[in-house]
Amino acid sequence: MPKADLLDPAGKAVANALQRKGHSEVTNVRIGKRIELHYATTPTEADLQTAKQIAADFLSNGVIEDVVNVSVEN
Amino acid sequence: MSTTVDTTKDAKKSPDKAQPWKELGLKLEEYEQIKKILDRRPTSAELAMYSVMWSEHCSYKSSKMYLRQFGEKVTPEMTKNLMVGMGENAGVVDIGEGWAVTFKVESHNHPSYIEPFQGAATGVGGIVRDILTMGARPIAVMDQLRFGAVSNPDTARVVHGVVSGISFYGNCLGLPNIGGETVFDKVYQGNPLVNALSVGALRHEDLKLAKATNPGDLVILFGARTGADGIGGVSVLASETFDADGPSRRPAVQVGDPFAEKVLIECCLELYAAQVVAGIQDLGGAGLSCATSELASNGQAGMRVQLKNVLLRDESLTPEEILMSESQERMMAIVPKESLKAFVAIVEKHEVEYSVLGEVIKEPRLYINWGDEEIVNVPPRSVAHDGPVYERPVLYPTWLDQLNRDSVINNNLRRATEASELAEQLVQIVSSPNQASKSWITDQYDHYVGGNTALAMPDDSGMVRVSEETGLGVAIATDANGRYCQLDPYQGAKLALAEAYRNVASSGAVPAAVTNCLNFGSPENPEVMWQFKQATAGLADGCLELGIPVTGGNVSFYNQTGDVAIHPTPVVGVLGVIDDVARRVPSGWQDQGNNIYLLGTTRDELDGSVWAEVLHSHLGGKPPVVNLSEEKALAELLHGASLQGLVASAHDLSEGGLAQAVVESSLRFGMGARFWLNEILERDNVDLTAALFSESTGRVIVSVGREDDVKFVGLCEARGIPVLRIGVTDASNKLEIQDVATWNLSDLKQAHSSTIPELFG
Amino acid sequence: MKIGVVTFPGTLDDRDAQRAVRLAGAEAVSLWHADTNLHNVDAVVLPGGFSFGDYLRCGAIAAQAPVMESIIDAANGGLPVLGICNGFQVLVESHLLPGGLIRNEHQHFICRDQKLIVENVDTAWTNGFKLDQEITIPLKNGEGGYIADTETLNRLEGEGLIAFRYSEVNPNGSVNNIAGLRNKRGNVVGLMPHPEHAVEPGFGPDTSVAMRSGIDGLTFFTSVINQLVNA
Repeated sequence: MPKADLLDPAGKAVANALQRKGHSEVTNVRIGKRIELHYATTPTEADLQTAKQIAADFLSNGVIEDVVNVSVEN
Repeated sequence: MSTTVDTTKDAKKSPDKAQPWKELGLKLEEYEQIKKILDRRPTSAELAMYSVMWSEHCSYKSSKMYLRQFGEKVTPEMTKNLMVGMGENAGVVDIGEGWAVTFKVESHNHPSYIEPFQGAATGVGGIVRDILTMGARPIAVMDQLRFGAVSNPDTARVVHGVVSGISFYGNCLGLPNIGGETVFDKVYQGNPLVNALSVGALRHEDLKLAKATNPGDLVILFGARTGADGIGGVSVLASETFDADGPSRRPAVQVGDPFAEKVLIECCLELYAAQVVAGIQDLGGAGLSCATSELASNGQAGMRVQLKNVLLRDESLTPEEILMSESQERMMAIVPKESLKAFVAIVEKHEVEYSVLGEVIKEPRLYINWGDEEIVNVPPRSVAHDGPVYERPVLYPTWLDQLNRDSVINNNLRRATEASELAEQLVQIVSSPNQASKSWITDQYDHYVGGNTALAMPDDSGMVRVSEETGLGVAIATDANGRYCQLDPYQGAKLALAEAYRNVASSGAVPAAVTNCLNFGSPENPEVMWQFKQATAGLADGCLELGIPVTGGNVSFYNQTGDVAIHPTPVVGVLGVIDDVARRVPSGWQDQGNNIYLLGTTRDELDGSVWAEVLHSHLGGKPPVVNLSEEKALAELLHGASLQGLVASAHDLSEGGLAQAVVESSLRFGMGARFWLNEILERDNVDLTAALFSESTGRVIVSVGREDDVKFVGLCEARGIPVLRIGVTDASNKLEIQDVATWNLSDLKQAHSSTIPELFG
Repeated sequence: MKIGVVTFPGTLDDRDAQRAVRLAGAEAVSLWHADTNLHNVDAVVLPGGFSFGDYLRCGAIAAQAPVMESIIDAANGGLPVLGICNGFQVLVESHLLPGGLIRNEHQHFICRDQKLIVENVDTAWTNGFKLDQEITIPLKNGEGGYIADTETLNRLEGEGLIAFRYSEVNPNGSVNNIAGLRNKRGNVVGLMPHPEHAVEPGFGPDTSVAMRSGIDGLTFFTSVINQLVNA
């Protein structure tokens, strides 16, 4: 997700659009990314730790984004 | 999911099997014709191939007989610089110094109504691939857009999507957008027109053609993987073998990836430079079925193809779907066996995927296998070139005579009587949506990339340098006027040609070739067919008279909602050559104290004009008269004058007349001017309204430095071009038209540039 | 004098950057993204475009390319590096310059002739300008909004590491109107606008003198040659 205190222009544009559509109950919108890493076999604990590293080092830019969650899903 | 495929063996065994030829858009006669050609019923795959390749979009069956004129009404003189004419992916023109350019305009209208962003984006992608296929490096794009009424809420949806789509795709390819047009008219409400043009440059020896001639050469598909893009209609076939889930998932739109195309461009150019490709075709409409049949047919040879070798994005695609897929960013190359290693090295360097699908054979037959089963066995010519040719019924429109009688004069449409009213009308006109500045749109396009853009919007033509050594370049202008064509399609087409020709000449280039995109209603409507017949004749006759050939183009039919067709809208693109782009002529003046001349004569011609539309919501009468020999003389004068450096600026007059032209020329660099119109009124016997707003053809306003006055006027007189000094430029920051008004340029700028952002920003 | 110009898949302005190098009087050397060899160049330009389709984040994948390993090393050793537009994004993703670049505030790609103020002339790429000189350089991007946290901003401002600031109009919502940065050492400069599009008379921005006559961008390239010659 974009860092909380930074401007999220895409989120802002969507929020404005929702307001225009009459959804005054929505006060803010922020847009992030969902990235799926697919594995040939079920990821191990080590794989999960590596994935967290990948997420921190490459998949996200720590200056402007926070990694919110890294977890194994089916 | 069933894995049974309909093979040629099956087809022979079950001749009476019911096939969905009607759902696929074929006529009974056409289905019977296919059976005759094959001497059996077609397989599902063959049926799919014929149905798409014989569709209007791919076969031009309703237009072919009229398009022939472009190849017939030519002289050897006209075609002497034509290296490749119609019928190929794009026409190619020799521009001298061993350079050639290839250019074409195409439509992507219906997809742009359904999904404006992707429709427009893939439209750009498609035309750029056509240019790439000729062996050229694409160097610029232009677009011609027609949307519905600005007051209709759906228009914004289409505008935003289309402009973003063009911006997204064109900018990512690194192609400067050098011009085009945007028009709003309620007739395009449900049928927006998105035409895209591209131009590329190549050395003569780099020319590539889409033909497979040499038996043994490999057939290689490379670029993006094949997915389910654009096969909506063909899914009817799949319903025979699919479960309920399948067909409904198949989308009718194509999704483009400009990054993939940029990589493809660089990869192809390197393949061409290495001379490892004998023939090449891009995959657009009808995908693989088109590429294979066209390459074979053009080369008078055949092919053996193993369809299972196609790299897929989606493994659930049936063979029919693979053949019909319109996945973007794919090319098919014919590669001699001995060049395969070098070919592979280059595509791998660019990380482009490829697969060898088969090889070229001598026998003019296209064999496509799915594993061990033969699913296609057809003569390629029958698919690609010998499709049906219709002679559709033609009927002179029942409403046309009345419309032509319904002129501005016959209706006594009110003209301004006071100067203040005329002044107001001028502002109303230049700020009306079609006449207002489109920079809100064009600022979303990169016009710098490449570093060769010599002219772009808002000048009269887009101009690109081709040779960095000598400055050799080309200029392109595109024009169309649906209103004029509705009044008279023959004259309307000539008028579009004349305007594009005049635009190219105004920028200092010599017109050399023509492309066109013919946007019309349904060919099953005899009145539309009449319009098409007239327009093509007007364009062909016009080209013959001007001595410049049509090199290729596109037809888009079925632009109608219910029974209501769009106005016939033939878009005409003219390409010109300039020996050195440094000589280009801008559309506005930058120096003070220059004299401004009006070339040509003004008549009272307001029918179909912007004045009639904006002030009276009126369309009726007959469009302005067009005199092509006068246009030719005018163009030659402008060229001669620019060669001698006599002209500081030149701007042609068209929609909005003289008023529009003087406002645009003043705003171009923010240099004011003072005008007097009395001499026009006297010499041409017209009133102020006509002087300001008439759309008579064959007119240009030029600014000339004091020191060149005498020479310039002398040149005009020697060539019999009517010339009248009507103004001077000055640094006042004002535009003054004597007996009408004086405006601050800042106010005019505000009026002219705020309309579009206020509507769509 | 050899100046390398990097090409990633999707790079668009490499040929223009090469032309700018040649017009300034040096030899342009093409550097391929997958090649770690810098071929003994004296400086490097990371040009504009949509490297790797701008996928993941602009410049993120390019920052991981083999050639960038060598460039980061060399830059840390003092090699002059200029990042233009996407190149600036690559520098930021490589941490050779601080901060981030995000989508333009108004959501649209914009191509315009942009006025800039040169705020630092002590770099390899700006020594040919005068301090506070106003220049006009074409700008064309959709993700040009510069962003950084307060601490970073204070440091940048405090240490005079802002190289260029937008003048007259802020086209993309960049904080503090920041158009370009330098590193502490002065060898690495990044900016969103495109100097390589203002190097050749007839093809640059309009000026009051003549259409398309602006060549303010050439000074970037003559500056680095000047610095290398006088080193």
